[in-house]
Amino acid sequence: MATRLPSVDVVLVGFGWTASILAKELTDAGLHVLALERGGFRDTIPDFSPATIQDELRYAVRNGLFEEPHRETLTFRNNASQVALPMRQLGSFRPAAGAGGAGVHWNGQNWRFLPTDFVARSHTEQRYGKRFIPADMTIQDWGVTYDELEPHYDAFEYLCGISGKAGNIGGRIDEGGNRYEGPRRREYPLPPLKRCYSTVLFDKAAREAGFHPFPAPAANTSKPYRNLYGVQMGQCTFCGYCEWFGCGNYSKSSPQACVFPVLLGRDNFELRCQCNVTRVLRDSTGKRATGVAYVDVAGRPYEQPADLVILCAFAQHNVHLLLLSGIGEPYDPATNKGVVGRNYAYQITSSVDVFLDENLNPFMGAGALGQVVDDFNGDNFDHGPHGFIGGGYIALWNTGGRPILQHHLPDKTPKWGSAFKKALAENYLKAASIATHGSVMSYRDCYIDLDPTYRDVYGDPLPRLTFDFHDNEHKMSKFVTDRAAEIAKAMKPRAMHVKQREKHYSIVPYQTTHNTGGAVMGTDPRTSVVNRYLQSWDVPNLFVMGACAFPQNPGYNPTGTVGALTFWAAKAIRDQYLRNPGPLMGA
Amino acid sequence: MRTHKALIAATAAAVLGAAPLLACAVDTDYAKIERGRYRVPAGDSAACRTDEGRKPFAGGRAVPTPFGTIYATNITPDPETGIGKWTDEQFWNAMHEGVRPNGQHLYPAFPYPWFTKLTREDVLAMKAYLDSLPPVRQEAKPPKLPWPMTIRESVAGWNALFFKEGTYRPDSSRSPEWNRGAYLVEGLGHCGACHSPKNFLGGIKKRDRFEGGQGEGWFATSLVGNPHAGLGSWSANEIVEYLKTGANDRARAMGPMAEVVSHSTMYLSDADLHAIATYLKDLPAAGEDHAKSVPSGDDPRMQRGRLVYVDQCAGCHMENGQGIAHVFPAVKGNTGVHAQDPTSLARLVLEGARSARTRAKPEGFAMPGFGWKLSDDEVADLLTYIRASWGNQAAPVTASKVADVRKKIAKGE
Repeated sequence: MATRLPSVDVVLVGFGWTASILAKELTDAGLHVLALERGGFRDTIPDFSPATIQDELRYAVRNGLFEEPHRETLTFRNNASQVALPMRQLGSFRPAAGAGGAGVHWNGQNWRFLPTDFVARSHTEQRYGKRFIPADMTIQDWGVTYDELEPHYDAFEYLCGISGKAGNIGGRIDEGGNRYEGPRRREYPLPPLKRCYSTVLFDKAAREAGFHPFPAPAANTSKPYRNLYGVQMGQCTFCGYCEWFGCGNYSKSSPQACVFPVLLGRDNFELRCQCNVTRVLRDSTGKRATGVAYVDVAGRPYEQPADLVILCAFAQHNVHLLLLSGIGEPYDPATNKGVVGRNYAYQITSSVDVFLDENLNPFMGAGALGQVVDDFNGDNFDHGPHGFIGGGYIALWNTGGRPILQHHLPDKTPKWGSAFKKALAENYLKAASIATHGSVMSYRDCYIDLDPTYRDVYGDPLPRLTFDFHDNEHKMSKFVTDRAAEIAKAMKPRAMHVKQREKHYSIVPYQTTHNTGGAVMGTDPRTSVVNRYLQSWDVPNLFVMGACAFPQNPGYNPTGTVGALTFWAAKAIRDQYLRNPGPLMGA
Repeated sequence: MRTHKALIAATAAAVLGAAPLLACAVDTDYAKIERGRYRVPAGDSAACRTDEGRKPFAGGRAVPTPFGTIYATNITPDPETGIGKWTDEQFWNAMHEGVRPNGQHLYPAFPYPWFTKLTREDVLAMKAYLDSLPPVRQEAKPPKLPWPMTIRESVAGWNALFFKEGTYRPDSSRSPEWNRGAYLVEGLGHCGACHSPKNFLGGIKKRDRFEGGQGEGWFATSLVGNPHAGLGSWSANEIVEYLKTGANDRARAMGPMAEVVSHSTMYLSDADLHAIATYLKDLPAAGEDHAKSVPSGDDPRMQRGRLVYVDQCAGCHMENGQGIAHVFPAVKGNTGVHAQDPTSLARLVLEGARSARTRAKPEGFAMPGFGWKLSDDEVADLLTYIRASWGNQAAPVTASKVADVRKKIAKGE
C-alpha cells in the first residue's frame, strides 16, 4: 500500500539539466517544487573531485556515472520481424542515473539547430518538392521556430558559459565563427578555448579543401565566468576527462556547476534522490494528472500528489513513463496511428583517423575542444544532386588522450601483443580522429513501445526499441565522410583510416547518447504527444521535457536545444499556464 | 533553510539603517524583534545553535573545545527544553555574566566573556527575536568533558582568572565607526574567541589578542597588522568583501570561518562591516611576520614539495601560485598559507573543505581532501614548498605536525 504524501505545486521527474532549470524558474515564480531523482545525490566535491575523477577504468570502462542495466534497461531489435532482446550492458548510448543526469558526464558540445531544422518538412518540400521525401520518412515541423527559441538558446548559453565565436550576429556574417548558423543576438559569453595543435592542422587542411572551419561552441569555460544565475564557474584546465566523467574544477557546464548553488538551499525546493517514478497518476476523467507514484531505494511505494507534473527524465525514459501510465495513444506502426513512441531517432556517426609525423599531445584535451566544418550540415548545401536530405558536421575533436580507450591505431594493427604495443608507442602522440556527426530522420518503422516479454525490477514491461538506419542516412553519411576524408588527405598524413558507418545499426558499440523522439512536439495532436509548449495534449497539467520532443534528429548534439526548449517551456508555464491553467493551444 | 528568509529580512532592515530607525521605534515589539533578528545572526547564533538537518536554534550541535565536546543548547522559546520560561533578567544574566537561571555557570564555549560587552538594549532585542521563533522541543545533550570540568563550579575559578564582566564603553577619542567596530569585534562578533592564542586553561592571552589561535580544530589566522601573516596588506574594502561575500581576491572563507560568513557576517549591513574593517585595520602589527629562515629552492623538501604541488595542486592554484581570479585563491601571498601555525593548511590538504555560500557568491567552491593519497611526509613537503615559494616566507612544516592534524581529523576533533 503506497504511502500518500502531502501535495506539492510541482513534481519534476528526474533531476538533470531540464529539471534543474525548471526548478530554478518555477521556485522563482513562488511555487513549491519537488524533484524526484532515481539515482543518488552527486556534487562537484566530493563526487567529481580532481583528486579522484581521472580514473578511466572506474568511470569510462566500468560506467561509474551511468544507469545500471540490471535495474532498468530496454530491449532492442532492428525491425519488427525480429524478437527484441534486453540490453544487459550499456552500449551505443549511456544515460545517467543521479543528480545532474547526463549533464554531469557530457562533453559539452553545445549547439543551436539551424533555422531550417525546425521546419524540416515544409522547407524540404518547398525547396526540393514533395517527392524528395521518401514515403516512409515521417519528418515534420516542430511547431516552434528558431526565431522563437533564439532568446532561450541565448539564456542556456549564458547559463552554461559557452566558449565560442559567433558566425552570425543579427544577420552579420563573421567568418571567424559558423557562417551557417541562425542569427544570434550577441556573442558567446566566453571566447573560444585555446586551440591544440591537431585542430590547427585540421583548420588549415579544411580551408585548403575549400570549407569554412570554426572553433566549436564549448560548454568548457575558456575563462572564469559568472553565469546567468550569478554562479561563478572556474576555467577549464584541459585535463581531458570530460565525457563520461564529472568535472572537478567547476569548468564544464553542468547542473552542479551552474544551477545547484542557487537552487538547493531554497525553502520552496526539495530534492528526493533514489526515488524512481513508475507512473503518472490521473483522476477519474483521465484528463488531469494528480501526481506520481514512485518507489524508494528500499522498495517502498509512495504516492506524491502535485498540481503540475513535469517529466524531466532521459528521452526514452519519459516515453516509457507515458506508455506505462497509459497517457496518449501508443504508436502503432501497422496502422501509422497513435503518437507515444513514434518518431524515435538516433545519430549517425563515422570517423577518419589520421596518423601524422608530428607530436599532437592529445592528452591536453577538453570535451568540446574542436574545430568544425558545417558546410555539409542540415540544408547548408544543395541536396538536389545527391538524393538525400539532412547532413552533419565534420569535426576534429581533441577530447583527451586517455590511455585505455582514447588511442587511435592504423588499420589492421593487432589488438594485443608486441606489434600492438609498438604501434601504440609510435602513434599515441601522433594520431587524431576526424568525426562526422550526422542527422537521422524519423521513419514509420522506428519507434518505442512496451516489450511483451521482459520486465524491469518493478515488474513493469521494459521499453522496446525498434530502430535501424535507412538508405537516406547511409547516403548522407557516406557523402559527409567523403568530405571528411578530403580534409584528412589535405592534412598529408602518413596513414589514414576511414571508418564508415555501414549496414544495420548496432546497439553494441558506443556511438552517441543522442536519442530523440518518442514524445514529439508539434501543432497537431494526431502526430505529436505534446504541443509547441511541451504540454501534453491529453493531460494539460503534464509537461514533457527533453530530446524526446524532437520530431527528428538534426545533425548536431542535442543539449543546446534541450536547454533552449526548457527555458521556452518554463516561460510558457510562468507567463501563461500559471495564470490560466489549461491547454496552452487548441488542437 | 527557513532561517535564511528571516535573516534576509533582517539584513534588509539593517541596510535601511537599523540604528537610527531603532532609536525612535525601540519600544514597539516589532522594532525590538527586528533589531534582535539582526543581532542574533551577527552573534553567530545560527551557526552554533543549529545542528545540520535539525530545526534552527534548537541546539544539539557539537562545539569541539580543547577539553572536550560541548553541545549547544536549545534557545527556541520552548518552555521545557528551551528558554521559553526565562525572564529578560535571566537572559541578561546568561549573556552578561554566563550564569543560568538556576545559578549554574555556563561553560565559556558559550561566548559570554565577549557577549558581556553588549548593551542591555541589544541583549533584550535578541531575546525578543528568539521569543518570536517557533518553539522546538529538544532536550540538551550533556557535555562530554573530563573531570574536574564536569563540575560546573570549576567555571567560577576560570571566571576569576579570565572573565571581566562589563558592557562596552566607547572610547571618546575614537570615531563612532571605530567604536562601532570595536563593539562588534570585541562583543557581538566575538572574533577573538577563535582568532586569539589561548593558554592551557583556554583563557585568552590578553597581550596577544587577535594574533591568531586555535578554534574547532582549525587555526584562525592573525587579524593584526602584519603584512604577511595578518591583515596588514588587506584593504578595508577587501575585509568588507570577504565578510559579506565569503571571498575576495586573496582568500575564500573555508572551514569554521565559512560558517561564520554564511550564517552571520553576510547578513551585516555595509556600515557595520566597514566599522569592523576600520577597527581591525587599526590593530597594530605584532611579533614576527616571517620566519627567521626559510628553506631555499634547492632544499630537498622544496624539490619534493614542488613535485607534489605540480601534480596535485597546480591544476587549480596554477604553477605560479596565483590561482584563478574569483575562483581558486592564490597560494602566493595568502595570509592563511603564511599563518604561523599550519594547522588549517594541513587540514585543508588532508580533508578538504567547503567555502562559504552567500547570496553574492552562491557557488560554495570546495577543495577536495588529499589525505587518502598523500603521506604525512608528502603533505609536509608540499606545505613547506608553498610556504617558501613565490615570495612567501613562512616556516617549514614537519611530518609530525601533519600526523598530529591527521589524528585529530580521524578522531573527529
